[in-house]
Amino acid sequence: MSDNLVRQDRLIDEFSFKKRISRLFSSWEFILFLTLVGIFILFSFISPYFMDYFNLMNASLSFAEKSILALSMIFVILSGDIDISVASILALSSFAMGNASVKGAGSGTLVIIGLATGLAAGIVNGFLVTKIKIPSIAVTLATLSIFRGISQAILRDNAYTHYPLKFAYFGQGYIGNSVIPFEFVFFLVLAVLMGFILHKTTYGRKLYAIGNSASASRFSGINVDRIRFINFAVNGLFAGIAAVLLTSRIGSTRPNIATGWELEAITLVVLGGVAITGGKGNIFGVVIASLLVGYLKFGMALVNLSAKVMVITTGALLITAVLVPMLLEIAKAKQKLRSQRSELKLERKAS
Amino acid sequence: MKTNLNMKKRLESRESVLIGLILLFMAVMTITMPRFIHPSNLANILKDSSILIIVSLGQFLVILTGGIDLSVGSNIAFSGMAASLINQNNPELSPWIILVIGMAIGLGLGMINGSLVAFGKVPAIIATLGTMSVFRGFTFVISKGQWVTAHEMTDPFMNLPHGNFLGVPNLIWFAIFVVAAFFYFMRYTRSGREIYSIGGNKSAAVLVGVSEKKVQFLIFSISGLVSGMAGVLWAARYAAAVNEMATGFELQTVAACVLGGVSVAGGSGSVAGVLLGALFMGLLNNSMTMIRNMAFFQMLLQGLIVISAMTFNVVMERRQDKMLLNRRLA
Amino acid sequence: MNTKAILELKDISMYFPGIKALDSVDFSIRPGEVHALIGENGAGKSTLVKIITGVYKQTAGQVLLNGEETNFKSALDAQSAGITAIHQEASMFPELSVTENIFMGHHVKKGASGKGPVDWKTMRQRTRELLDDIELDISPDALVKSLGVAQRHMVEIAKALSIDAQIVIMDEPTSALTLREVEDLYKIIRRLRDEGKAIIFISHKFEEIFDICDTYTVFRDGQLIGDGNVSDATISSIINMMVGRSLDLLYPKGESTIGDVVLEVENLNRTGYFKNISFNLHKGEILGFFGLIGAGRTEVMRVLFGIDKASSGEVRLNGKPVSFTKPKKAMKAGIAYIPEDRHEQGTILDMSIADNITLPNVDELSHFGILDEKAERSLAEDFAKKIEIKSAGLNMKTSTLSGGNQQKVVLAKWLSTGPEILILDEPTKGIDVGTKARVHKIVSDMAAEGKAIILVSSELPEVLGMSDRIVVMHEGFVTSVFEREEADPDKVMLAAIAQPGDESA
Repeated sequence: MSDNLVRQDRLIDEFSFKKRISRLFSSWEFILFLTLVGIFILFSFISPYFMDYFNLMNASLSFAEKSILALSMIFVILSGDIDISVASILALSSFAMGNASVKGAGSGTLVIIGLATGLAAGIVNGFLVTKIKIPSIAVTLATLSIFRGISQAILRDNAYTHYPLKFAYFGQGYIGNSVIPFEFVFFLVLAVLMGFILHKTTYGRKLYAIGNSASASRFSGINVDRIRFINFAVNGLFAGIAAVLLTSRIGSTRPNIATGWELEAITLVVLGGVAITGGKGNIFGVVIASLLVGYLKFGMALVNLSAKVMVITTGALLITAVLVPMLLEIAKAKQKLRSQRSELKLERKAS
Repeated sequence: MKTNLNMKKRLESRESVLIGLILLFMAVMTITMPRFIHPSNLANILKDSSILIIVSLGQFLVILTGGIDLSVGSNIAFSGMAASLINQNNPELSPWIILVIGMAIGLGLGMINGSLVAFGKVPAIIATLGTMSVFRGFTFVISKGQWVTAHEMTDPFMNLPHGNFLGVPNLIWFAIFVVAAFFYFMRYTRSGREIYSIGGNKSAAVLVGVSEKKVQFLIFSISGLVSGMAGVLWAARYAAAVNEMATGFELQTVAACVLGGVSVAGGSGSVAGVLLGALFMGLLNNSMTMIRNMAFFQMLLQGLIVISAMTFNVVMERRQDKMLLNRRLA
Repeated sequence: MNTKAILELKDISMYFPGIKALDSVDFSIRPGEVHALIGENGAGKSTLVKIITGVYKQTAGQVLLNGEETNFKSALDAQSAGITAIHQEASMFPELSVTENIFMGHHVKKGASGKGPVDWKTMRQRTRELLDDIELDISPDALVKSLGVAQRHMVEIAKALSIDAQIVIMDEPTSALTLREVEDLYKIIRRLRDEGKAIIFISHKFEEIFDICDTYTVFRDGQLIGDGNVSDATISSIINMMVGRSLDLLYPKGESTIGDVVLEVENLNRTGYFKNISFNLHKGEILGFFGLIGAGRTEVMRVLFGIDKASSGEVRLNGKPVSFTKPKKAMKAGIAYIPEDRHEQGTILDMSIADNITLPNVDELSHFGILDEKAERSLAEDFAKKIEIKSAGLNMKTSTLSGGNQQKVVLAKWLSTGPEILILDEPTKGIDVGTKARVHKIVSDMAAEGKAIILVSSELPEVLGMSDRIVVMHEGFVTSVFEREEADPDKVMLAAIAQPGDESA
């Protein structure tokens, strides 16, 4: 009897327009969006240079590459893995391009080399995780050191600073005669592409299934390891893309390029509402989180806050983004247990 | 009976293999570079390894439960910087008191990690990845971006690691003391054994009354405590507190553990194994500084060592499992 | 035998969402008594044990220990109150020594105050004594992972004995032991009884109950059916109490014509799990697989569905040799597998009902990898209707459904793939009687349509009521195959508890 009542409750829950609206407004993405608006309002009061179309567009250059890393990181984290080697893949990829550039490679060749290096590094990660079956955190902690180590061993104290003129477009160019950077548009295009794969294809559906229960997915005929392997490979490829953009933008490669970016990428994903345990989250949240963190840092830079404060902010954001939902869940579970207890008591009395 | 003995032999072989590797490595170095075997260099290697041994043992406990502590390097930097600043501003203060303060600071940072993981249910990797950057950031904040140099440190402070007792450098004494403490703790206290039980079979451990939260809080606290100690010793030993100190040190500690046979899946490993793993890493680091330009290869080599050791561990485990299966239904 | 009860359970009920695991049952045991707890899987025995050991808190009723009401909050509370249990699934620390496994949680310490270091010498000595006691010839320092299954079980027994308990619960303690080890165990039980301990003994093996037990209690469907002295009972009276229900209602086995052989399995092996498995499966046939837990039935099915690899042997589908390296390949060949564990393997609880139903079909329903949500929707709706899933909408999370409806989702999911061979592994475990009958009807209808069905079940009446033929397994081997007419509870149960070695004769 009470079972039926509960079901009816749910029925109302599911179809009431009001409930739906209130759900939208209490969603994580909406909170992120409000925060983003808040940041814009705050900084436009603090600094006169913030609300400037040209500045805002240019500021996107400072976060587009990291946000691209986050796009593919979503896939890795959704399936319950993690990759902390992305920044090192980026460094290795940039190193490979610099090396080829010295030997006279053209822009097109450089891009191909950059992407191929990233992809290859990602494949190494995927192989170690799915074939040798070492946990992804351990694998990528080691390859984090290996990939950057290669570039450090060969490049040492030196830097590659000679890149073809045309190569500069990727990181420094603008769309047509506008003030919209190529990088920003490219990030949005990739976001749409990854969002499509995530939400509209069988690949995306399987990804969510794996993140929720790898074993049930396996029993449903999904090739779990193949999808995890592809995730790591694509994550490497995206690190290669970020390497092309970053190298092109700053026009030089040093072994310490993009140090600590894995933290930034993972923070964006987690802040965007993707569960670190896998299986939950969407692309919109991560895109909004990218803009949020990007413009927060831009604003902080405008008011001369040091880089170190920003590092603290990133770390604190990462922890808070995981901690808060976890604490909420713990509180919810306790509440549920309490109500179940009293429900049982009632039932007992009734019978 | 026989099979049990075989198994024991196999496990003991991990330590003997490492000792063999260390001796072989030393022999090769001696042949190619005679000055390697000079007593002062050997003492140097031990000194170099001491801090790694201390911190690796803390990391060992965390890995034993299936977690990881990525914040040890930043913890060293913060505690080391704080201790150096205290020394600079209070030159009359006994270095031993500074050491205790540094350890307390490290313990505090470790307790932050422990709370996040045990009570906040934040996965260890995320919690310590976050605090890694937060601790490092606050190192810059308290130092205002400046270094504390040898001129600004007192002699007694720098003597903390460099002094001698019975002809053996204090730094090595510290390591010996920590190894002995860990050995006792892991072998002769219930808490130590409970760490093994949580890593080995969590649900069975809970069934016999082991508290997972308590164990998690404890291991991160201990990891923080030894990192704090290492921070003070590090600053005093190198006579400089730099904001970037011990960057990437977490990987070395993980390397020492997996080399020593600690399984990244948790549940198995020994203090002796970690000690030998850390010694091997120290030996490697030392010899790389002796060969010209080898320092640049350090990062690459460390990564390769970690991945090879892990692969080796996994392959061995799989062989063992297969052997056990073959005996069933026989 | 007229002493007062040491443990008394009064009017105990235990409800889980959608199911009454125990319904107002009483139970009591006196010191120096060996009490058999009897019932099929799911009858309520293990729920009762979990209440006694403090793992579950009963919904209603009282637990009295020595006449006083208890309120255990954890397994540890029960342990300190002198209740110890030997669990069916060994809960051990494989990387640690035998000594440590026995003393984990209550390490012996040096010093009078018990605050000194862990006393390995004493623990090792006591372990030695315990092992000698049960005549187990292994070193206290041996790592548990190096032990065989039987040895591990004996260590579990030693572990329970290391605690000075008043009540010892043994949950199928002999399932992995050889005859000689069982004799040793009997000796231990008799000694404990003579020392005045109370022993609760759970077993499927009737001869054990008659060998060692003084009293018995029979459960069925969460209710107490009967109790008394073993000396007053017979095997057939106990089986009657265990099973006794009208079979035709719950097991609507319809007529179906048995056709050609579709699946032939010959000498299939998987090292460490099962050996030399051979059987045939016909069109329109329901082939039952009976055996005790751990007999290797699930492991065989996993190989047939491509989850695990066989070490050797051959599987032929419609006469052609096949070897499925992945479940997807088995699915393409027309095999569907409804796994044992609904929550971990059958469904994805946090995904919607519709997404769960279409999950094995997403590839077939997509165009160039792009989802066809319309087609998915209509497929999900079709099968939800056909299987009669009761829900507030197919977009609801599967976790919001009752156990029975969740199992219907699993059925819908696999029927929607249009299988020729359907393997069901414990399909009615833990679901209500109504859904159970519905599941049986669906299975029966499928057989009537000419599909081939394998039904793995630990419930004897289910296997007897539904199957055309019954394959019985014991510890990795097939011990017997029965035709429907010749199968009766006694014969099938006896085949399932055969000692190893019998089948090779």
